[in-house]
Amino acid sequence: MAKVRGVGIAAVNYPTGMNLGGDPSQALIHATTTGNFVISLSSTDLGQGLKTVLAQIGAETLGVPFDTVWVDTADTDTGPHCMGTFASRATHRVGNAIIQAAQEARQVLLEVAADELEASPDDLETDGEGNIYVKGSPDRSISVIDVALAAHFKYGRTISGRGIYIKPKSEVDPDTGKMDPDSTEAHACTVAEVEVDTETGEVTVLSLRSAYEVGRQVNPALVEGQITGGSFMGMAHALYETTQPYYPGVDHMPTSFSEYVLPGPLEVPEIESVVLEYPSVNGPYGVKGVGEMTANSPIPAIVNAIHDAIGVWITDLPITPEKVLRALEEKGAAEG
Amino acid sequence: MAEELRVVGQPVLRRDGMGHVTGKTVYIGDINFPDMLHLKMVRSPVPHARIRGIDFSEAEKVPGFVRALTSRDVPKNVYTILCLIGVGPDEEPVLAEDKVLYRGEPIAAIIAETEEAAMEAVSKVRLDLEELPAVFDVEEALKPDAPILKPWGTNYFIYDYEYDQQNAFRKVRFGDVEKGFQEADYIVEGRYQTSPIEHAPVETTGCVAKPEPDGRITVYTNTQALFFTLDNTALILQIPFQKLHFVGGTVGGGFGGKVDVIVEPIATLAAMKTGRPVKYVFTREEEMRVSSSRGAWRIYIKDGVMKDGRIIARRVTSYADAGAYNRHTPYAVTKHAANVAGPYRIPNVWIDAYCVYTNRQPASAMRGFAVTPASFATEVQMDRIAEVVGIDPWAIRFINAYRNGDMRPHQKVVEDATLIEVMQAAAEMVGHELPEEFRKMSSWEREDGNG
Repeated sequence: MAKVRGVGIAAVNYPTGMNLGGDPSQALIHATTTGNFVISLSSTDLGQGLKTVLAQIGAETLGVPFDTVWVDTADTDTGPHCMGTFASRATHRVGNAIIQAAQEARQVLLEVAADELEASPDDLETDGEGNIYVKGSPDRSISVIDVALAAHFKYGRTISGRGIYIKPKSEVDPDTGKMDPDSTEAHACTVAEVEVDTETGEVTVLSLRSAYEVGRQVNPALVEGQITGGSFMGMAHALYETTQPYYPGVDHMPTSFSEYVLPGPLEVPEIESVVLEYPSVNGPYGVKGVGEMTANSPIPAIVNAIHDAIGVWITDLPITPEKVLRALEEKGAAEG
Repeated sequence: MAEELRVVGQPVLRRDGMGHVTGKTVYIGDINFPDMLHLKMVRSPVPHARIRGIDFSEAEKVPGFVRALTSRDVPKNVYTILCLIGVGPDEEPVLAEDKVLYRGEPIAAIIAETEEAAMEAVSKVRLDLEELPAVFDVEEALKPDAPILKPWGTNYFIYDYEYDQQNAFRKVRFGDVEKGFQEADYIVEGRYQTSPIEHAPVETTGCVAKPEPDGRITVYTNTQALFFTLDNTALILQIPFQKLHFVGGTVGGGFGGKVDVIVEPIATLAAMKTGRPVKYVFTREEEMRVSSSRGAWRIYIKDGVMKDGRIIARRVTSYADAGAYNRHTPYAVTKHAANVAGPYRIPNVWIDAYCVYTNRQPASAMRGFAVTPASFATEVQMDRIAEVVGIDPWAIRFINAYRNGDMRPHQKVVEDATLIEVMQAAAEMVGHELPEEFRKMSSWEREDGNG
């Protein structure tokens, strides 16, 4: 009887977007009279920080300060259509729609600024700090606030833009399964280290170390949040969670968190990650999608680590202490 | 993307974070109106039964009882969520008609002045049910003697109705898998089973439907997809789309559990029938036992492998346990079929994937969708192959890794592969020294020139 350690790896791909496409999202952008920009959407934020990420993309394309860009969302009267926040699609789809809308709004912004500065719009640049200047002559500049005021009260122009992104719907060939099921693929490799107590059957995950490739990180702090939460969720799926403990039977289903076994703070392993960036062809600023995949690679890595530790394949999730002990017993009997 | 980025790539502080950690963010639980009613559901206590009668007489005597709703009150009672993207036929009732297919299936809605009164009235409703034999195992459900759950006569989803019903599961056919097995040095087989799990959002699924003086209904909801839910609600209630105005906010955790259209249609109907705001929020018990779970999958993999570690043939049979109704599982099975060969270059692949119905709470979308079980199965299978062939788990993956320009089994050319690069980075991170041939590998070229 002992505590034995094992290491396991897993390497996975994850597709971005609804698998067969046909899932549009739109964005509308307008400037207020004083040069704030409002991005109107109907996309919902699930707590992952979508609104912050989308404002970053809008500010980047508009060339204005992040603090002056606000997202107004989740209302079907005021926001244009979004298919929904799922399938690791929101940053990719809505981000692309925002870039298109922001480019149109930026063009008007530069045209009005050009009139005010008596220059050509093509010769203007934004400094990202709230000013527009003539390339090569930084002293010839005007603030975004003054451009917005002039647009409204002097020229009668709206600084606004419309954007939509859709991947055309793909059909599946019923005979061969030929299809186009993704926009881009993100990747991950996880190395799990576990300790198995052969007396109690308990598995402790000591560490989850992963490399992710997500195209481009819009907000590294929020990517890290997805990685931490996803790693924990994957570990919970591998070792603890089930709504039907006697599956395929339906007896003893839980009714509360006191019966549904989730790992707690004491079970949090060491979670460490590196993020690689190989920008995708079709994502906004090269984004792929990190939302879902972070829960996937930890599961097989943990299963493989358990095999490395005790030499048995347990391929029926979750790997409870009971399953570990039964597998060890079977192995012991087989070895005589 | 050569230009310098200013904001994209910066870890700017999220704007809603302070609201979340100080309890100031508004969720459905915070939305209340003075004359608001509450809705609770009468649910099936058994997994499979014929409904012979529903008796509301005792429930109606509970102080605060307002009214009950049954399937006869729902204009288009039978629907399927994915009808908007062409998935059919309709097969799930909003409220059960003559049968129930899972324990917890909604049979009648009770509307009352308070949540407590609604719950008490629910407990007083008497159901006359004739229990029927149930089927819980996906492979049992496909046997000829299994109780048939669907009107079209099979316990699996028919993908191509016009095509060949006996053969209409999701298929991928690539190369000649039998020939591959014949040529292989080893055959490696595995069986993989996942369990249903709960999304476990902090905020349970819920909404408030409020009639407005202008004749419209405002629905405050924590759905992950506002227009999708609005459109389905209007179709179920057979009302013009412009009658509905949906308002979302920050969802208190989704993970795919809030893309079903479950609470909004019945709450909206209740608001229309009573002329008052109606709140319908799942209890934690309903969230765990009734709201859709991550579906369980059973996956069989058979691989033909060469002595040098190359996988030359893979045959997969997958069964998704959809539970009693479609929800998003038919779509999940297609996504699964596109990913269950794994991120590897395998010249001969045969995949059969079934969306199977059983007498349990419906499965639906969850983070990772049908790729989570695929990645679990294929990645454990890779280690099994490594063990049989007698090579290192890192090596087996580098040898088979897909690269840009490869053709995947569903006949799409790989263009964004970085599997090799993440493995190199992970190995370096944990201090595992890779042989030079793997350190030098790239997703953009092949050593043999067949890039």
